[in-house]
Amino acid sequence: MEQHSYTVLENSCIARDVYRMLLGGPTEAFTAPGQFLDLRLDGFYLRRPISLCDLQPVGPVIVYKVVGHGTAALAQIKTGAQLDALVGLGNGFDLTKGGDAPLLVGGGVGTPPLYYLARRLREAGRQVQVALGFQSAADAFLCAEFRALGCTLHVATADGSLGQQGLVTDVLPPEAGYVYACGPLPMLRAVAAATACDGQYSFEERMGCGFGACMGCSCETKNGPKRICKEGPVLEKGEILW
Amino acid sequence: MVDTRVSLAGVALQNPVIPASGTFGFGYEFAALYDINILGSLVLKGTTREARFGNPTPRIAECSSGLLNAVGLQNPGIDAVIANELPRLRACYGGPIIANISGFSIDEYTACCEKIDRQAQVALIEVNISCPNVHGGGMSFGTDAKSAAAVTAAVKAVTTKPVFVKLTPNVTDIAEIARACEAAGADGISMINTLFGMRIDLKTRRPVLANRMGGYSGPAALPVALRMVYQVYEAVKIPIMGMGGIASAEDVLEMMLAGATAVQVGAANLVEPFACRDIIRELPACMERYGVTKLSEITGGAH
Repeated sequence: MEQHSYTVLENSCIARDVYRMLLGGPTEAFTAPGQFLDLRLDGFYLRRPISLCDLQPVGPVIVYKVVGHGTAALAQIKTGAQLDALVGLGNGFDLTKGGDAPLLVGGGVGTPPLYYLARRLREAGRQVQVALGFQSAADAFLCAEFRALGCTLHVATADGSLGQQGLVTDVLPPEAGYVYACGPLPMLRAVAAATACDGQYSFEERMGCGFGACMGCSCETKNGPKRICKEGPVLEKGEILW
Repeated sequence: MVDTRVSLAGVALQNPVIPASGTFGFGYEFAALYDINILGSLVLKGTTREARFGNPTPRIAECSSGLLNAVGLQNPGIDAVIANELPRLRACYGGPIIANISGFSIDEYTACCEKIDRQAQVALIEVNISCPNVHGGGMSFGTDAKSAAAVTAAVKAVTTKPVFVKLTPNVTDIAEIARACEAAGADGISMINTLFGMRIDLKTRRPVLANRMGGYSGPAALPVALRMVYQVYEAVKIPIMGMGGIASAEDVLEMMLAGATAVQVGAANLVEPFACRDIIRELPACMERYGVTKLSEITGGAH
């Protein structure tokens, strides 16, 4: 973990209530896709944990959805503003376990960390399939970016306005060899049940500190209690207690 | 050159700044951020006889000036703390350690204190009496003077280390509880634990915390803590570790003027991981600004 001040270089709406923010500043603390940063926002006591969507030479990219007061305030921040962030938090995804043709499964705002994961996997020469679920076409984002990486993309929307009508589990390609998943808990459960293969699942929990000090975000696993912010957010399928 | 040293029930501290229990893990993880040997001392995560997962999540809720927690004393149990956590802390920290002990019966308190008593680097034991007493109808030990005194006396009987009893503020007369602990042999008082509170989610119309209620900590606790430390300082002769909303060197001076000999920093660690380091850095200049040359001399100065 490191603490740095970042310059907001971009903060733009890319889908309904979804924003992409480019932060200018150090990236060295990030060691794996699936890690997150923890932003200090004026007027809010606790920091806001947001997953890393990409690392660019100039700094980290986050994609977030406005779901409450904190993210609403984040969406109002103007280019040029300074943001204090704790960076390089969480364990992140282990790329070495995914085999030659991993499947990435994302639901809604669980999609962003899969982008950086996909880019790294593609750079390592893997065949990457991506299955994404959104509420509707207006809520969808990053689809073109995944295609531009050379991923095979399967999209489901609840109302059928983009891709296949249904849930992300309706568009999972058969015979996946390994799964990387990030999304709401019901989606993670459904993906784990729908796929026989091993995988890594990224979880969300309400956090106090974001770096392992308060034990606020703990969950029980087959390997004992784990802090989502420290030993997570990524858990191995075999250790998860659903 | 100002003097930041204080003496806490005979334990010499290079400064009075101590991270509070539950906001600093077992210390060693913060050693990756800065040299924790600059701390006056540090308080370990609250430890019980058996391992505990704690309460279901969500167990954190934000407030406009602080947070509620209902972690519920997650810890690996006293034996694992001694076997695994203390050695990791010793590898990066040579200063005095304060163990924090909790229990749901007097037997649990004494079992933990007997074991931690044999750990040389543990300089002091802080006994958290805010837990419900399972043999006393579930009422917290800390809300009843007799129960508080009973825990204090039982713990004192099994350890030679100084015992500080950590008091809950959720009582009618905290001075009465403090006096009962002093009479039962306590070497000092730690105060205040968190303030009992809750938040309700407007969308779901349900409490935010799965446990419904939790303990508030954060800057808004400071005036409440100052008032209570001030009252207890007048009620007892034993030293006080003051805590509640401390976030700056000025807060440290204020808490000491109210009557604290040393000061714990809690919630601030969770939002600013370098909070204790920064407070210790700014302390000498802050002392000079307010004409303090020897920090230990200002304890109780506001009375």
